[in-house]
Amino acid sequence: MAQTQATKVEHLLVLENIGLSFKGVKAVTDISFAVAAGEICALIGPNGAGKSSLLNVINGVYQAQQGRIHFAGAEHRRMRPHDAAVRGIARTFQNIALFKGMSVLDNVLTGRTLRRRSSWIEQALRIGRAGGEDDRQREAAERIIDFLHIQPWRDTLVGKLPYGLQKRVELARALAAEPRLLLLDEPMAGMNAEEKQQMSRFIVDINRELGTTVVLIEHDIGVVMGICDHVVVLDYGRKIGDGPPDEVRQNPEVIAAYLGTRH
Amino acid sequence: MFYQEAGQFSTRYAQDRRVFRLRQDRYGLVVLLLLAFVGVPYLGNDYWLSAILIPFLVLSLAGLGLNLLTGYAGQLSLGSAAFMAVGAFATYNVELRVPGSPLLLSMALGGGVAALVAVLFGLPSLRIKGFYLLVSTLAAQFFVTWALTRFSWFSNNSASGVISAPRLEILGVDLNSPVGRYLLTLGVVVALFWLGKNLVRSELGRNWMAVRDMDTAAAVMGIALLKTKLLAFAISGFFLGVAGALWAFTYLGTVEPHGFDLNRSFQILFIIIIGGLGSILGNFLGAAFIVMFPVLLSNLVALMPAGLIDAGQIENLQKMAFGALIIVFLIKEPEGLARLWQKFRERARLWPLRY
Amino acid sequence: MEFFFEVLIGGLLAGVMYALVAIGFVLIYKASGVFNFAQGAMVLFSALTFVSLLERGVPFWLAFAISLAAMVLLAVAVERVVLRPLVNRSPITLFMATLGLSYVIEGFAQALWGAQVHGLELGISDEPLELGGMLLSQFDIFAAVTAALLVLALSLLFNKTRIGLSLRAVADDPLAALAVGIRLQRVWVLVWAVAGFVGLVAGLLWGARLGVQFSLSLVVLKALPVLIIGGFTSISGAIVGGLIIGASEKLAEVYLGPVIGGGIENWFPYVLALLFLLVRPAGLFGERAIERV
Repeated sequence: MAQTQATKVEHLLVLENIGLSFKGVKAVTDISFAVAAGEICALIGPNGAGKSSLLNVINGVYQAQQGRIHFAGAEHRRMRPHDAAVRGIARTFQNIALFKGMSVLDNVLTGRTLRRRSSWIEQALRIGRAGGEDDRQREAAERIIDFLHIQPWRDTLVGKLPYGLQKRVELARALAAEPRLLLLDEPMAGMNAEEKQQMSRFIVDINRELGTTVVLIEHDIGVVMGICDHVVVLDYGRKIGDGPPDEVRQNPEVIAAYLGTRH
Repeated sequence: MFYQEAGQFSTRYAQDRRVFRLRQDRYGLVVLLLLAFVGVPYLGNDYWLSAILIPFLVLSLAGLGLNLLTGYAGQLSLGSAAFMAVGAFATYNVELRVPGSPLLLSMALGGGVAALVAVLFGLPSLRIKGFYLLVSTLAAQFFVTWALTRFSWFSNNSASGVISAPRLEILGVDLNSPVGRYLLTLGVVVALFWLGKNLVRSELGRNWMAVRDMDTAAAVMGIALLKTKLLAFAISGFFLGVAGALWAFTYLGTVEPHGFDLNRSFQILFIIIIGGLGSILGNFLGAAFIVMFPVLLSNLVALMPAGLIDAGQIENLQKMAFGALIIVFLIKEPEGLARLWQKFRERARLWPLRY
Repeated sequence: MEFFFEVLIGGLLAGVMYALVAIGFVLIYKASGVFNFAQGAMVLFSALTFVSLLERGVPFWLAFAISLAAMVLLAVAVERVVLRPLVNRSPITLFMATLGLSYVIEGFAQALWGAQVHGLELGISDEPLELGGMLLSQFDIFAAVTAALLVLALSLLFNKTRIGLSLRAVADDPLAALAVGIRLQRVWVLVWAVAGFVGLVAGLLWGARLGVQFSLSLVVLKALPVLIIGGFTSISGAIVGGLIIGASEKLAEVYLGPVIGGGIENWFPYVLALLFLLVRPAGLFGERAIERV
């Protein structure tokens, strides 16, 4: 018991026996794993395995019917999206959830919303803390924009950007909140090899330079093996693999899930 | 050539944040304000002031109120006229029952009451999304007009709920003349538009747009949906309430609850559709359109051979033309006149080059 | 006690009339996803056309046929001019377009036929009928029977004919229907025409009761609470919703009215619908959308 207590403290995120179902259809069953602080963890598995649902549970968009989540030492029976954001969990979505009516800069600035101290009245009347804070927020947003190399498009409406750039802007918006845990839902979907390289580079930079723990859903095994420290494999809503990439790739159950079994 | 930005760079964030980044725009604004505050009172005649400019200004403000709620925060509302009515009647009651209350304070309080009523009918927006939200604001629209007529306390026991304007004066200066009423309206409208512009460019404005575009993602980022939506209703209600007070007191002089009926709500919705959802300038453009359209149409008809179009038909034609224009705008330029203006400006910046 | 039932049944029968108008909405919403605010204007237009033809000496059934034809033409025009250009836009945009459309149709109807009130005689006496100690309006009963027949006809159309099959396919998934070769535009014209027909029937019944006049188009405003309660996509829901709204409206008027004040039927259905929405956001029979992120 003492040992698991110690490991729990090192782990940023621990899922215990998570079960989720929609009107009787089970999305995930009895999922337990732990993500260490500062690591890049991949959630992989065939389509429909429940990966996105699990991510949604972690940041409170769905409520799990069974199980518990421990984040940064605190246990949560139910997490709401707002709570997750306040505690330092940020995420991107599979089908880009950018605010299409706003520019890149504005989208990134919305990510800073929890860092604001001035009230709306101060901002409306342009008094008090509003002005100085505007500058500071803009500075912080510009740092992220620099980091992800999207400066030329800062005033462009995001709806007008190509798909790859939109994904980067979404990443920037998530980073703007200075999260401890970053959840990425298929950040490289629909990208070509070169774009994937670039995005992988960014993710690694985020992890190494900013110290952010990353959990990502990814289908490209090459990427997974290349940048991840820890891999969790799901199939039909159950966990069938959990460990460092090399270990998981040799797991017969995982191979069977991906390649099918011989009858 | 004249409208170039060459040489005008921002060196500090505060400069980049300015509403009018181009020097030409800032000069233009100053000229416009001078014209409005000084030029018009000298040059304008009473008809233009009372029948064209004042309603134009008030409707712009009403449009802004609705635009904040529907265009920026994405909460569809058909109850704008009800909130205007609350503002008008509340202002009237403050003036009546709190002797010596300064006019501007009464109007602010009237707006405040309208804000509260708006929040009340906006509470369902936390459970109900999108289209269904119409029910709540429609309920507000019908309930408010009923209540104001039914309970004569609101109108100081007058027969059908009619109220008339209190004496308009600020700091002893009599504002009851057309010029006085115009300046009062202009001052209030300019001040509130300044406030509105700051709001939409602030954190709250961004949060509104986030909630409008995708509220689940907004919640995920930590935007408090409850506070954001209710503030939208409250601030929108305040603006609409003040607009209602102005409508009743500087434009009409006397008003009854039925002057704030569903048709008025539609009118304001049309203003922001035609003017441009999610735009500040659009409110002016839309209001100008709504005010000028009937005037232009009847002038046009007067030009035609007599008897070709019967006088009674003008109203029907107007209706049809209105409806048709709404459809045309929705098809061709869904972002309204404001977008057309923007396109024109972009062309002007490059002129005489093409692109 | 008998008085209560009399009021209740009177309300239910009035509710049938609301349901008739609501059915037109449901049809269009099911097939094209549009909340057709212009339905009221369509009711007015069809009734005005019919009554004006009657006044000019055109025999009943011919006037009916011509009015119906006018509604079909209207459907074609609407599909071409409004629906097609706005095909991929948001529901709110489409709603606002139907708002504009309602202005066009209303203006047109009055430009064409004038703005006076027209009386409409359908040949049904309004003498009360005595049934089990209660006085019921013959007209209301006639309306209820008509509505029942209409619903029967519609369900036969939807469930037993090939065209009905196409309608249901389009309602379910327009893209898939396209993929199978169903002509979306034809279906839309058909649906709007059927809605126009339902509107004509509703217009005649309402017109006989209130007189054919402009305020007929305001009936649409009552339809919204009906649809909220019954769900936007179900005809049976429209009926149940109509009955609930009609009954509660009448009961509130009779029992609450003296306490609060007259005229509450203007806002009571809305407040009722609002309370309902807070409990069941998708209505009694509507489908609850599961949001996928």
